[in-house]
Amino acid sequence: MMMVFDSALALLVLGVALLVVNANGARTAVIGFIALGLLLAVVWVRLGSVDVALTEAAIGGGATGILLLRACGRLRPSVSDTPSPGIILRIVAAALPVLLVVAIVAVVLDMPEPAPSLAAQAAAPMPELGLGNPVTAVLLAFRALDTLLEKVVLLLALLGVWSLTQDGRWGGAPPALDDGVAKGSLTLLARVLPPIGIVAGIYLVWAGADHPGGTFQGGAVLAGMWLLVMMAGLSKPPETAARWVRLALFAGPALFLAVGFAGFFIADGFLAYPPGLAKPIIVAVEAALTLSIAVIIALMVAGPAAKAPR
Amino acid sequence: MSPATLFGIMAAGLIGIGLYGLIVHPGALRKLLSFNLVGAGVFLLFGVAAQRGAGAGFTGDPVPQALVITGIVVAFAASALAVALLLRLIEVEHEDDAS
Repeated sequence: MMMVFDSALALLVLGVALLVVNANGARTAVIGFIALGLLLAVVWVRLGSVDVALTEAAIGGGATGILLLRACGRLRPSVSDTPSPGIILRIVAAALPVLLVVAIVAVVLDMPEPAPSLAAQAAAPMPELGLGNPVTAVLLAFRALDTLLEKVVLLLALLGVWSLTQDGRWGGAPPALDDGVAKGSLTLLARVLPPIGIVAGIYLVWAGADHPGGTFQGGAVLAGMWLLVMMAGLSKPPETAARWVRLALFAGPALFLAVGFAGFFIADGFLAYPPGLAKPIIVAVEAALTLSIAVIIALMVAGPAAKAPR
Repeated sequence: MSPATLFGIMAAGLIGIGLYGLIVHPGALRKLLSFNLVGAGVFLLFGVAAQRGAGAGFTGDPVPQALVITGIVVAFAASALAVALLLRLIEVEHEDDAS
């Protein structure tokens, strides 16, 4: 029975992917991409990776979807819908991808047996950390350095977005997200949903220690709530030079880095946690990281400053 | 066929479709979408490896799962930077047209 479901799901994913590539308008393609993100989240559940499913739904489909939809709205149709190549060129262009697919399928069918796994090594020290979710343990304890560097990458990417600000507007506010159009139902949604969404986002972070969830998923939900309020016109994007914005961006990576260096004095080395205190430290770092991730995601979607600072 | 093999083949298909889109679309936004399809396919191959490595009471090997979560977030950051560059490029073209 599950085999039938899985096959149907796989066909649906490939069908939607073909729609994304072959759609006539950029907007249709982006909407297909958002649908694809949700379908992929189901695939991740079927693969037993619920943490990844939540991330894919929130960031892969949701946040990337909003970002691309807004880009679509601001692109001139002539730019996004340039004529596509003819049928012969399409067939020639398909040859390379087909070769690649054949090669990857050959690898998938010939995976090593027994499958290599680090599950046992990841499970062994978990009782000492006090965490029940192995993915959170990998992200914030065993491979904490990767996660720290990734936060820095996120900050750098936001700096990259901001660096496209025009002269004289540095530190100002990004353009309003509501396009100046009154939307009754969206305004209602933006008043009703955030209280629930904020609780759900914080719960995802708190539950992430022992159950699926974590900083990225929770942070993305919080960012989504903020973006919803801004898109309904109930709130304006903040000035990018505002002190609280800079502090929120800085809080997560800074606390993570401070904990990392503290490891030299209170534990075995950089990013090592003292025994018995690992869980409280990890939860504190997660809380600060969630705040930073939520603000980074929302400001990345909002884009560079478009108004001169006040 | 196990779910891991089935979804592995699907992931290969996604990578192929994404690469095809990347070649045939002249528009930057469509290229960005296609590139994200390739990324989704590569991430799914990690998922296949995670499921095959299930053990120690977990439904999947946590290490590839953690790598993919990091990967999805970084892919979003790269897309955001690409969109910002694209919009700025169009602004500059507008300014050139106007002058």
